[in-house]
Amino acid sequence: MSHVLSLNIALLACFWVVIAAILSPFLQSKNNIQRALLCFLLGLSGLSACIAGFAGLMDDGGTILLPIGLPWLPMHLRLDALGAFFLLVIGSLLLPVAIYSQGYLKHEKRLTPVAIFLPLFVLGMIGVVLSDDAFTFMLFWELMSVSSYFLVTHEHQHPENRKAGFIYLLMAHMAGLLIMGSFATLYAASGSFEFSVMRDAEIPPFWASVAFLLAGFGFGTKAGVVPMHGWLPDAHPVAPSNVSALMSGIMLKVAIFGFIRVTWDLMGSGDFQWWWGALVLAAGSSSAVFGVLMALQQHDLKRLLAYHSIENIGIILIGLGLAMLLAHFDHPTLAALGLIAALYHTINHALFKGLLFMGAGAILHSTGSRNMEVMGGLIHRMPWTSALFLVACISISALPPFNGFVSEWLTFQTALMAPQLGGTLLNALVPFAAAMLALAGALAATCFVKVFGVVFLGHARSDIAAHAKEIDHWMKWGMVMPALCCLLLGLLPTVFIPMIDAVPKLLLHASLMGSLDGQALNTPNWLWLMPIDVTHASYSSPIVLLGMLLLGGLAFWCLHPKGTTIRRSKMWSCGNPHTHARMQYTASSFSQPLRRIFEAFYQPDEHVHAERQQHTLLTRRVKYVVHVGDRVVKYLYQPIGRMTLHLAKIIRHEHQRGIHAYLTYTFATVILLLMIFV
Amino acid sequence: MTSLFIQLLQAILMVLLAPLVAGFVSVCKARLQNRHGAGMLQPWRNIRKLFAKEVVLAEHASWIFRFTPYVVFTATVMAASVVPALLLDTPLSLTADVIALVALLALARFFLSLAGMDIGTAFGGMGASREMTFSALAEPAMLMSVFVLAIGAHSTNLSTMIEHTLSTPLLIQPSIAFSLIAMLMIAIAETGRIPIDNPTTHLEVTMIHEAMLLEYSGRHLALMEWASMIKLLLFSTLIIDLFIPWGISMTTDLTGILLAFSLWVLKLAVLLLALAVWETSRAKLRLFDVPQYLGTAFVLSFLGLIIHYMLEIAA
Repeated sequence: MSHVLSLNIALLACFWVVIAAILSPFLQSKNNIQRALLCFLLGLSGLSACIAGFAGLMDDGGTILLPIGLPWLPMHLRLDALGAFFLLVIGSLLLPVAIYSQGYLKHEKRLTPVAIFLPLFVLGMIGVVLSDDAFTFMLFWELMSVSSYFLVTHEHQHPENRKAGFIYLLMAHMAGLLIMGSFATLYAASGSFEFSVMRDAEIPPFWASVAFLLAGFGFGTKAGVVPMHGWLPDAHPVAPSNVSALMSGIMLKVAIFGFIRVTWDLMGSGDFQWWWGALVLAAGSSSAVFGVLMALQQHDLKRLLAYHSIENIGIILIGLGLAMLLAHFDHPTLAALGLIAALYHTINHALFKGLLFMGAGAILHSTGSRNMEVMGGLIHRMPWTSALFLVACISISALPPFNGFVSEWLTFQTALMAPQLGGTLLNALVPFAAAMLALAGALAATCFVKVFGVVFLGHARSDIAAHAKEIDHWMKWGMVMPALCCLLLGLLPTVFIPMIDAVPKLLLHASLMGSLDGQALNTPNWLWLMPIDVTHASYSSPIVLLGMLLLGGLAFWCLHPKGTTIRRSKMWSCGNPHTHARMQYTASSFSQPLRRIFEAFYQPDEHVHAERQQHTLLTRRVKYVVHVGDRVVKYLYQPIGRMTLHLAKIIRHEHQRGIHAYLTYTFATVILLLMIFV
Repeated sequence: MTSLFIQLLQAILMVLLAPLVAGFVSVCKARLQNRHGAGMLQPWRNIRKLFAKEVVLAEHASWIFRFTPYVVFTATVMAASVVPALLLDTPLSLTADVIALVALLALARFFLSLAGMDIGTAFGGMGASREMTFSALAEPAMLMSVFVLAIGAHSTNLSTMIEHTLSTPLLIQPSIAFSLIAMLMIAIAETGRIPIDNPTTHLEVTMIHEAMLLEYSGRHLALMEWASMIKLLLFSTLIIDLFIPWGISMTTDLTGILLAFSLWVLKLAVLLLALAVWETSRAKLRLFDVPQYLGTAFVLSFLGLIIHYMLEIAA
């Protein structure tokens, strides 16, 4: 009974967004009603997705056939534990974003494109997660890519937005092509588009590797794995902030979902070749460090957050890669731990990155700028935004007692418990990944001290920052929800992990809560998180928080004098009476030491202009300009782009011929195809 | 029940002994420099005086600035109470393993740096920038160096790690040597001692930790200073626990605890004396040489980890 129900609730989530997309164009003249309806239906859809996700994790959701699609291939939909988990990820961010959008879109003049494409985008993501055949999967996948293109280019009056949208569309389609290639390989081995047939089919090892590589590069491009990340730091900043929250928080996760679906599920569970895991681990480590190092040098707030998405996708991939290696070497329980670490980081990242993008949107909304260098002192004018943003900053920096720490802790545990795996390369790779994870975590904390310090603390660096206003209640409550979830997931991982445990049960037939040698490994206990057993490692977030609250409260109670107000005075300025807001450290100066330490990596483009009159000692003003470009874009994308243009120039004469030339081309093609296939 | 009592006693000892430890180092340094010194109790007197003094806040300070001293103090005390000093198996040692301990210290540092940027002075931002930059290199190095021992013991719980060290025969393993050197270097950097930072001076162009505290006064300053003293004791105890744990009590009987206490104090004294000699014989590094120092520590600990994976697990 319940499994029919959970899939039906998931279909209901699709139904609400379809309704929203259909009704919106008719309400073009009534902006307020259009917005309210859009947000209400999106919120309903998010709520339904959440409920369906929870229900699906508890109990298998079953399958359903919808009589739409190709004549010989009706639409297969299925809700299993993996799909249910990602449906939960979608729902848990969609609901707060819908509430937030009610406030955020208030002053939006051209609402109709958003009101059409946003529901379609959500429909695409939910559809991908539910689909049970390759055709349905690709259909929803392309719906997701194309509708998000229109959202990225929403403000298409700026040429750089159009350029970002173009690169995004181009790379999304190349990714789509690769994924299609992967499905084609699986189709050749199984003879069917249906996932249930693909699962049971035997794939020769060579073709399995081909399918793995195609899926890896295809989904990796969409997830923003280095070096296929080129579209991401351009596309995320230019989209409206509620859309960037969904893109970064959920869409990248849907790509991770696709990767797990194809390589873990369709190609046989736990049936990996050893170098697959090594490749994923290497890609994860490099993405994590590359992403955070690039993020440190950004001063556009949303661009910085976009680079952090690359970092976090890297952390997820480290967990997945470890799990793939461990599954190959026949350690199913440890592989389950790695998978759970990756999935836990997936939902954590969806929540705190969604919250961060919503916070960035709030700042953009009140100041009209994304440039961190003009901010400062916003904590006094936007107390709610700053407190909620701080929660997200602590979470993403992997600090206790919030959720980011739990998933990084689980990933560390997987790496440390990994036994001798055989082969020098692998033995070096696992500690290397752990080292990169540690480095990325520490650098992320540095980066978010910079973000919070420069944007919210200190003095206002410009008029727009000095006159910022607090956001309205809709946006505030939209942000409160993920912040609370961050704390809950950080405090009670022991409640949530048994739920996710259904996913490794499905994919690996192994579970953390299950047994090794017939003994119960991990008795469910809400207080202690201990992945394998108590002598290995344990962590109790509630006790840590309780201890800190008690200690802090005691210290405050003992020390704080009652009934007196604290004396305020001028800040100490080394005896110099003239201080200026521009004397503060800026985002660029904060990251200057790191720019110097990692000079070989950044190769910054620095210029100092000194304006001097008469004498070299009488300097009037000094201007320092620094630019750190993405070197992957410079040395990989631009040459490819140039080469493509060059090739196009060479052959452009050929396609400006008359009709007879085109007839010849057609004829030659037909002959060629006949030669190949007959 | 007794173990809970000893846990409490140990945590209180850590907190109360910390100023004495700082005082001990400065007395040793003074003697080495042919000075008389202010006495071991001076840090205690300083803290008491600061608690009695009035707090003056900058006009622009936000709640972060007033909240931070409590966060820094409690996170450091929490971290310190996790580290076993007297009894091997204390109840709280299960609450947080080594990774959580490093993360608690990182939480304290996160807030400290935010407080540095809160007032909007150039010094605060400078201190925050430097502190976070250097810790971004020091923290992974510390984790790596702990991981060498954690992999050997198949555990990140401090108690289990110590138990493993105690139960294995004493054998000089190259990975442990690398890990020890890296850990000593990191401990010096993290506690802000020479040659990375100098806790006794203000207003140097190269100061790090003190730059963030410039605006603090009264009880807030006292909490911050106290926390940094606890951190020194914490790191010393951690090094003792990880590398020379012999003597720590396995049971809760009185003689064992007393013996463990006296051995702990003795080991601390030796370690801190070595620190005083080191600090006296060194000059401070140029700021831009610090990354090289920390990079060396990172590479050493990583080498230790690789060596351990490649040579020692197989053997």
